[in-house]
Amino acid sequence: MSYIAKPKVAHPKLPRNDLGLTRRDYEGGMSTLCAGCGHDACTAAITQAAFELSIPPHRFAKMSGIGCSSKTTAYFMGNSHGFNSVHGRMPSVATGANAANQDLHYIGVSGDGDSLSIGMGQFAHAIRRNLNMTYIIENNGVYGLTKGQFSASADVGTKAKKGEMNEQPPIDPVSTAITLGATFVARSFSGDKDQLVPLIKAALSHKGFALVDVLSPCVTFNDHEDSTKSYAYTRQFYHPAIHTDFVPPAQSIEATYNESGTANIELHDGSQILLRKVQDDYDPTNKANILNHIQSKQQDGEFLTGLLYIDEGQKDFHALNKTVSTPLNAVPYQELCPGSDALESVLARYK
Amino acid sequence: MASQPTEKRVNNFTVKIATANGTGSASANGLIMKSLFRMGIPVSGKNYFPSNIQGMPTWYEIRASRDGYIARAEDVDMVIAMNAETYVRDVQEVRSGGFLLYDSSWPRANVLTRDDITVLGVPLAQMCNEAFQGARNRILMKNIAYAGALAALINLDMDIIRTLLGETFRTKTHLIDSNMKAIELGYNYAIENFDCPLPFTAEKMDATAGQLMIDGNTAAGLGAVYAGATVAPWYPITPSTSLMDAFKSFAERLRKDPETGERKFTMIQAEDELAAIGMVIGANWNGARAFTATSGPGISLMSEFIGLGYFTETPAVLFDVQRVSPSTGMPTRTQQCDIMAAAYASHGDTKHVVLFPANPEESFYFAVKAFDLAERLQTPVFVLLDLDIGMNDWMCPMLEWDDSYTPDRGKVMSAEDLETTEFYRYLDVDGDAIPYRTLPGTHPEKGAFFTRGSGHNKYGQYTEISEEYVEVLDRLRRKTDTAATLVPKAAIDEPFDTDMAIISVGSCDGAVREARDHLSAQGIHLNYMRVKAFPFGQEVDDFMDRYERIFVVEQNRDAQLKSLLILETRVEKAKLESILHYDGMPMSAKPITVAIEKAVAKGEAA
Ligand SMILES: Cc1ncc(C[n+]2csc(CCOP(=O)(O)OP(=O)(O)O)c2C)c(N)n1
Ligand code: SF4
Ligand SMILES: [Mg+2]
Repeated sequence: MSYIAKPKVAHPKLPRNDLGLTRRDYEGGMSTLCAGCGHDACTAAITQAAFELSIPPHRFAKMSGIGCSSKTTAYFMGNSHGFNSVHGRMPSVATGANAANQDLHYIGVSGDGDSLSIGMGQFAHAIRRNLNMTYIIENNGVYGLTKGQFSASADVGTKAKKGEMNEQPPIDPVSTAITLGATFVARSFSGDKDQLVPLIKAALSHKGFALVDVLSPCVTFNDHEDSTKSYAYTRQFYHPAIHTDFVPPAQSIEATYNESGTANIELHDGSQILLRKVQDDYDPTNKANILNHIQSKQQDGEFLTGLLYIDEGQKDFHALNKTVSTPLNAVPYQELCPGSDALESVLARYK
Repeated sequence: MASQPTEKRVNNFTVKIATANGTGSASANGLIMKSLFRMGIPVSGKNYFPSNIQGMPTWYEIRASRDGYIARAEDVDMVIAMNAETYVRDVQEVRSGGFLLYDSSWPRANVLTRDDITVLGVPLAQMCNEAFQGARNRILMKNIAYAGALAALINLDMDIIRTLLGETFRTKTHLIDSNMKAIELGYNYAIENFDCPLPFTAEKMDATAGQLMIDGNTAAGLGAVYAGATVAPWYPITPSTSLMDAFKSFAERLRKDPETGERKFTMIQAEDELAAIGMVIGANWNGARAFTATSGPGISLMSEFIGLGYFTETPAVLFDVQRVSPSTGMPTRTQQCDIMAAAYASHGDTKHVVLFPANPEESFYFAVKAFDLAERLQTPVFVLLDLDIGMNDWMCPMLEWDDSYTPDRGKVMSAEDLETTEFYRYLDVDGDAIPYRTLPGTHPEKGAFFTRGSGHNKYGQYTEISEEYVEVLDRLRRKTDTAATLVPKAAIDEPFDTDMAIISVGSCDGAVREARDHLSAQGIHLNYMRVKAFPFGQEVDDFMDRYERIFVVEQNRDAQLKSLLILETRVEKAKLESILHYDGMPMSAKPITVAIEKAVAKGEAA
């Protein structure tokens, strides 16, 4: 049998979260990705973030498209339902699922091919709807699963493993998402767990569409010298704009941070994002300056990382559609069917 | 005025009205049709409209039929020619001995070339210009005025007309008055200048009590509300848009809290049909009843997802309101051209449940049935309407609702079930080839599964092992057998002792019934089966076994229903003869009668 289940034996001394669960309870099946693949580190960060947030694993729905990255939803939270859909179309499946039950946490995992080529349309429109979900792009600049073709996020001048050079401009998911009206946009690196875990936690607590673009090197097809999405390059040119920490609703903030230059953003559920500026002039709520900033760094060959943009004040998909607060899949049928009397009166004008 | 002798006919005539799109003629035509209906006369209306918003020619055909025939009429008794652009063509449409009514404000004697019809000129524009103010208003009133002239010519009941205007403009009394004034202009002119009534007239009868005048899209949209559908993603496409509009307006009325404005449904205007079906699948996966409506081009786009729904065994309901294809085709014309595309949509070995309503009544009931089947069978279900059913007004029996109905949500395990029973997603526990499923978020430790369109075994695990894959694929085939026992049974009518029969589908039904009567009158007797669903039930095979010669009537070029019968039943191919109609117009009885007469004559000669 090709299915690999991880044995689940929790060490008695493993730390437990507020639900009394250990990190093991948030793990999934054994990864079948290449050893050293950035995506596995993303999986670990998602697992950690969900564990630390103390959300019951079965209250997550894991959504994905097709690609090495999209496979990873099978490798975390084995007690959650997952939907590995079709290439580039995860956003629509997530939209439908979310429409049916707004009480679950939706975590979508996609690739740069999945989101920026075949799925560019759906990606854009899920953002426009401000769908309440966390959307992670595991961005490696290539199509891993089909063996290393350039993706739409490959930088100009990047060389493929076989020597071919990319000359087309990249699509930057972060600037694109901000332009399209995303309400939470972050970028990080699979190799920087300290930055990535709090960003995913903040994304999961944001009410609305939260994009986390994670530079996630493909060791097999895009980790060589001429690649701008290799471990070596990313480590060197990766530039945190802002240091992000996340504080759940119940905890006191002062105890955690009191340095100067910090800013707090309160999220919908009462939790707080704590931001410590690495650069003095970066304000993740000032849309006008942000795009400039991201692009100027990009011109220098640097990736600006951290929580790059946030707007907590926008209505999400359900608020825009004025749906009832009871999940639609739980509204009793008697409340949905108007009955025979109503049919009489509705049809009166057709007589 | 050259008067032509014509036999007297009561409640048996067809009037065709030629106007330009966007001139408000729809309300005049609706008024005429509804008046006949309220007079108790069986009536049907067919709208031939262009794929255009304003200015292009449009026709509306009203058929009154004492005998209750609802198919497109074979002959037109009167044309009301309101569109100068199509005038020459419209004149040719009148049957010999029939009538032409035109706006004589600008005489057109030079193009009236037929001497076998009677021409009635009414100065509609001139009268309305004198009586009304404003360019737009004058055009609208000119159209209402022809309804008035017609009322005099065929004896429409003026009290009924007044009542109908009252219902339409309930709160706007000034509109009732101005419309009535226009009606009277036409009416009085006709009474004063012509020999009213004409040889064909309307007379009150009692054949429409308990009947509705409704289109199939409205009925299907209402059905989706009654089925308890809550998530309705879609992308606009003619002729399916009005189905979603209907769902929306009924749901707004019946499922919206009047105080808070909160809705127990959500409409999502998707970015395209791929997204629409993706949303339908996501919502159904998560336990909501979700559906979309589209037409041929949308089905083509949805194909990949339909295969995903089939292989992951996720319910979905799709209404396909068929229009003339291939490609963009003729968006405002009707055909039954997606039978094959629906039955086998998507790559690989797929086979889908398809329901074929024949009229608005069945559109309502099949809409509800489609959700039950989709959830029972855990698979996408198509409801194939067509433009004729979906967008034309049909007379149909009052829709009934049984308040004891409970939706069949299929095999969904609850948290309690999971405590006591082992769950494996694709295991055939009951021997009916239908597995159990769970909804996300049900139980903290049990019942979660990973949905994937890639190879999986009966436990829901990823597999590339041949035997495991084949086991799942074979069960899916057996599930089709189960489906064949659950779908609506074919309608079978076998009053005659004969070895000849007709098989048809969907909106061919009216034409077939009428043709059978015509043929019977000539001593040619045929029994009849109308298939209502695919996969075909046993009764379809059994029926075909009983006949030597079977005519398959359908509205597409390539005999798609016949092909499906040959592929999916044991019928001998040589027994089936096609009668095909695919010019985009709703079917009339004529092509059927003619083809069968010919075939029978040939058979006798041989
Ligand atoms: C409709 C369709 N076309 C093509 C493919 C083949 N395909 C599978 S994954 C993939 C690219 C994935 O790239 P990305 O999203 O960047 O994921 P990665 O493997 O790099 O993580 C392609 C083209 C497919 N599965 N479906
Ligand atoms: S091919 Fe690349 S992206 Fe895919 S698993 Fe291997 S390293 Fe990861
Ligand atoms: Mg990639």
